[in-house]
Amino acid sequence: MLETALKGSPRYWGWLGILLAVMGIGGAMYMWQFTVGLTVTGLSRDVSWGFYIAQFTYLVGVAAAGVMVVLPYYFHHYKDFKKLIILAEFQAVAAVIMCLGFIVVDLGQPTRMLNVLRYPTPNSILFWDMVVLNGYLLLNIVIGWVSLQHERNHVEPPKWVKPLVYTSIIWAFSIHTVTAFLYQGLPGRHYWLTAILAARFLASAFCSGPAILLLVAMLVRKVSDYDVGDKAIKALAKIVTYAMAVNVFFFLLELFTAAYSNIPGHMHSFEFLFAGHDGHMSYVSYLMWVAAILAIASLALLIPPKFRDNMKLLPWSLAILIAASWIDKGLGLLIGGFTPNAFEGVTPYAPTLPEIMISLTVYAMGIFVLTILYKVAVSVKREVA
Amino acid sequence: MNNSRRSFLKYAGVAAAAVAATPVVRAVASSGGAAHGPEVGKLPTQKIAGRWAMVVDTRKLVKEADFEPLIEACHKVHNVPHLPDEKREEEIKWIWTDEFEHTFPEFMSRWPKGRVPTTLNKPYLLLCNHCEYPPCVRVCPTKATFQRADGIVLMDFHRCIGCRYCMAGCPYGARSFNFSDPRAYLPEEEINMEFPTRVQGVVEKCNFCAERLAKGLRPACVEASKGALLFGDLDDPSSEVSRAVRNNFVIRRKPELGTQPNVYYIV
Ligand code: SF4
Ligand code: SF4
Ligand code: SF4
Repeated sequence: MLETALKGSPRYWGWLGILLAVMGIGGAMYMWQFTVGLTVTGLSRDVSWGFYIAQFTYLVGVAAAGVMVVLPYYFHHYKDFKKLIILAEFQAVAAVIMCLGFIVVDLGQPTRMLNVLRYPTPNSILFWDMVVLNGYLLLNIVIGWVSLQHERNHVEPPKWVKPLVYTSIIWAFSIHTVTAFLYQGLPGRHYWLTAILAARFLASAFCSGPAILLLVAMLVRKVSDYDVGDKAIKALAKIVTYAMAVNVFFFLLELFTAAYSNIPGHMHSFEFLFAGHDGHMSYVSYLMWVAAILAIASLALLIPPKFRDNMKLLPWSLAILIAASWIDKGLGLLIGGFTPNAFEGVTPYAPTLPEIMISLTVYAMGIFVLTILYKVAVSVKREVA
Repeated sequence: MNNSRRSFLKYAGVAAAAVAATPVVRAVASSGGAAHGPEVGKLPTQKIAGRWAMVVDTRKLVKEADFEPLIEACHKVHNVPHLPDEKREEEIKWIWTDEFEHTFPEFMSRWPKGRVPTTLNKPYLLLCNHCEYPPCVRVCPTKATFQRADGIVLMDFHRCIGCRYCMAGCPYGARSFNFSDPRAYLPEEEINMEFPTRVQGVVEKCNFCAERLAKGLRPACVEASKGALLFGDLDDPSSEVSRAVRNNFVIRRKPELGTQPNVYYIV
């Protein structure tokens, strides 16, 4: 089936070429980091995880979000999502690959990474995260690929795929829950030490992930003849809206707990994130305000059906939502968790250019995989149509 | 080229020796009985400890100058590099000082910021607490950080993958990551050949001088402290740390987190 990825328009090849070029430049940057160490990043003794791990966390959410399409289709027989299913499954594959990529580029000793397998340590959440992520990757590759192959041969997918699908639905929740547990169980990190973190992760995943899927599906509709249909788009947009409302609500719950209890440890991260340190706003504080405004704006544009069903406006509303959730989870979560540090001090963190370039490489790699998988899916669907 | 290769081999030799020595140290420590490891008996307080602990007498450590020899003693024997100022945020610290408010932040709300009572207004010594329930051990995905039977939390530099999860897990900021090659900041003539140097990309921290305890010596900082630091076995009621903890008002860092630090401060 993979051969269908080898026939494409110049536009398709040009796109792959651009992605390869980005990977080349960032790859060279990574070789540099590999040689001289993580000193090329903006990380420090106090903020020891940053942009890489934040992207990892965000993308686990994107991977998990496929379930918002798979679940209604299989559990509630919502047939309109039929054409979205394969896109969601392949998006999950690409997202998990990016997650693993971000973990690897963050390691100080990547050549030793198999130590995690050689000395399995069940008391470490990182061990479990690796288990569930790789399991989810495998599940989605198998389910997506086998279903597509059978569709191409005009036969029903084999019986054993169904149980795998149900497993993958539960599994999707587990990957983001376990990822939340990475943070949630750490003493002395007040911003993360909250039982609602896993729920917040899921809510933000279930709005931003399907939002990305919708944008991509609309793009696929533009560049190919594969149309998931307005009905599916409208239904998923509704799901995105609910998830975003819950996401914002959960954030406000956190804010209330911190502000009303007035416990310094719980207040400090919020203070830093929104008011800066001692009145000096850092770029993070400005961005957090931007995120807050974008979050409200996205709700204003998504809740009224009149706006949400407007296919011209919808991509913008989704983009605004994605930007808001990305700032919150792709920057604020990590920086807020480490600032103030264990000594109530502030060490500013900003990703450096090499760090951003290497991150772009991982993104380019994921989008490369996604493009090829989508190309295969679209070609097969066209064949059988 | 030739020279650097030779020094590399030298490091490698030291590193290999350290690895080879690890199981011995561990075996001695975990045997728990007084019969093993006679040389450990040289430590006057205790033959083999059930729970090693340190007591910092903050009354005797007041000026920065009081701390310098302690810090220097530790960083010298353990080949801890001294990074230039522009790399301060990537600093490697096994033992260092900070103000009261930063050492015991949970006391902060007791008085207006920056107005610590004068008796407490001096630097405080910080190092790894060798917690009884160490979160760094709990989170490490490779067991590169592990706890010995006598409570000491150690690191296997050769197994560490540099994921820095332990840094997120340690609520005391006791861990340092080698963002770049630490050997570049260690003048060759100052290297202690009896202790390994580290490579870039691994985490490190105070090891309670496990290598010295194995020889029956006290930790280097304790030795250099002229009595301001006490070291011994908390499980032994007659040890100097037990007596100090009993007879003085002592506090520990962030006790509310339940990690049970084994470094006590007499205030
Ligand atoms: S102080 Fe930090 S590094 Fe030391 S044992 Fe406790 S948690 Fe681990
Ligand atoms: S950085 Fe090393 S010691 Fe720390 S958690 Fe990772 S593997 Fe363990
Ligand atoms: S106990 Fe040893 S390793 Fe720890 S700070 Fe003192 S001298 Fe350094």
